[in-house]
Amino acid sequence: MIELDKVNKWYGSYHALVDVTETIHKGEVVVVCGPSGSGKSTLIRTLNRLEPIQSGRIVVDGQDIHASGLDVNAFRSRIGFVFQQFNLFPHLTVLQNCTMAPMQLRGLSRTEADERAMALLHRVGLSNKANAWPSELSGGQQQRVAIARALAMQPPLMLFDEPTSALDPEMVGEVLLVMRDLTRDGMTMVCVTHEMGFAREVADRVLFMDEGKVLERATPDDFFNRPQHPRAQQFLSDIRSPFSRDA
Amino acid sequence: MIEIINDYWVYFLIGQYPNGPLGGLALTLLLASCGLLLALPLGIVLGLARVSPWRWLRWPVTGLVFVVRGVPLLMVIFWAYFFLPSVTGVKTDQFTTMLIALVIFDAAYLAEIVRAGILGLPRGQMETARALGLGYFRAMRLVVLPQALRSMLPSLVNQFVSTIKETSLGYIIGLAEVSFIATQINTQVFTKPAQIYLILGGTYFILCFGLSRFAYWLERRLARRGTSIATTATPKVSA
Repeated sequence: MIELDKVNKWYGSYHALVDVTETIHKGEVVVVCGPSGSGKSTLIRTLNRLEPIQSGRIVVDGQDIHASGLDVNAFRSRIGFVFQQFNLFPHLTVLQNCTMAPMQLRGLSRTEADERAMALLHRVGLSNKANAWPSELSGGQQQRVAIARALAMQPPLMLFDEPTSALDPEMVGEVLLVMRDLTRDGMTMVCVTHEMGFAREVADRVLFMDEGKVLERATPDDFFNRPQHPRAQQFLSDIRSPFSRDA
Repeated sequence: MIEIINDYWVYFLIGQYPNGPLGGLALTLLLASCGLLLALPLGIVLGLARVSPWRWLRWPVTGLVFVVRGVPLLMVIFWAYFFLPSVTGVKTDQFTTMLIALVIFDAAYLAEIVRAGILGLPRGQMETARALGLGYFRAMRLVVLPQALRSMLPSLVNQFVSTIKETSLGYIIGLAEVSFIATQINTQVFTKPAQIYLILGGTYFILCFGLSRFAYWLERRLARRGTSIATTATPKVSA
């Protein structure tokens, strides 16, 4: 589904992605983790061309995404992207947030779009908030709407960029549950997250990044119990709470 | 003072109308309204050009905006009055001349207001719209502009206040707006310039002060509704 071949990206002189080569298969759930500034958000943002790259190749669904003549809007409309900051459109209601893109880009009538959006809002547990404004929702609710909004385009691929990092702790769970629910439908997902419990339970594979390189790729079991790379070992011991007793 | 008002209030308000052309305070308001109404779409277009990713569009418009903002309105009026007819070959009347000058002048200022309104939005709004697959213009029209224009409302009212005051420069090309009419009245009465110009000043003040208060009220109302706030959660530094 996604192939990266020697992808390099620089911000000025800063080398943000270093020769990243990776293949993500259809239906796979991949969690990307690593310390701050390791390039994981940059990586996921290159996948729908939110960030340009300087060298290498990214192929999504058999299509080189930097090929000239690619309709970038049509391409992006087949990828759901969920941001850390939710970014709901504050001038639109919850329902309108979910219906705008399908009506504009898929030619759905208002009735069809409303129906689809209501089903998705129901799925994320927010059908009772359809006519609310984003500013009336909690962070967790906003993020669930953002997921429904992305799903309304019926994308075969979902990208999550730290979807729970901006949430208060008590709201993280509700968002993770919605995401877990998606994996059960066989959705292909790439998720940058610090939620190691989530990675353990739902990921097929964990990628560990540091300094722009993918240093380790492993099953969750191997990654958490038998990390190979010293940086991964260090990272795992760093993220463990100094107060918890379980390893 | 009462007798001046008694004798001249109709002339002050509408000029020689209906026996002659419209003038006075009505013309001032008409000119300011038309000016702002026409300048607004132009200002939006110029503002969009100012923030556009295309250099060939951004640079000339930026230059134009800087030039217009860098000269007094009086210059723009002179250009419109003397220069325009020599280019078009048609002598435009005073109202049109003044309107053209005002539209150009205000559009440049509105462009900066529009630009600030757009840049004041969180970057994530445009980014999210694009990530959904909306093109640049559709994202602007459906996501960015509606929010930017809403936050611009108070500035728009303030711009209208400026425009009302700016119309007084129509005096210089003999446009029968309220300042010109006041001067006419002064010539006729002759002995009471202080009173006449006090009335004129008071008229401008009441109008503009009222509108300023309205802008202030709008601003507070918009702030309370938090229309431009996209998130309620505060971002945390990631581990």
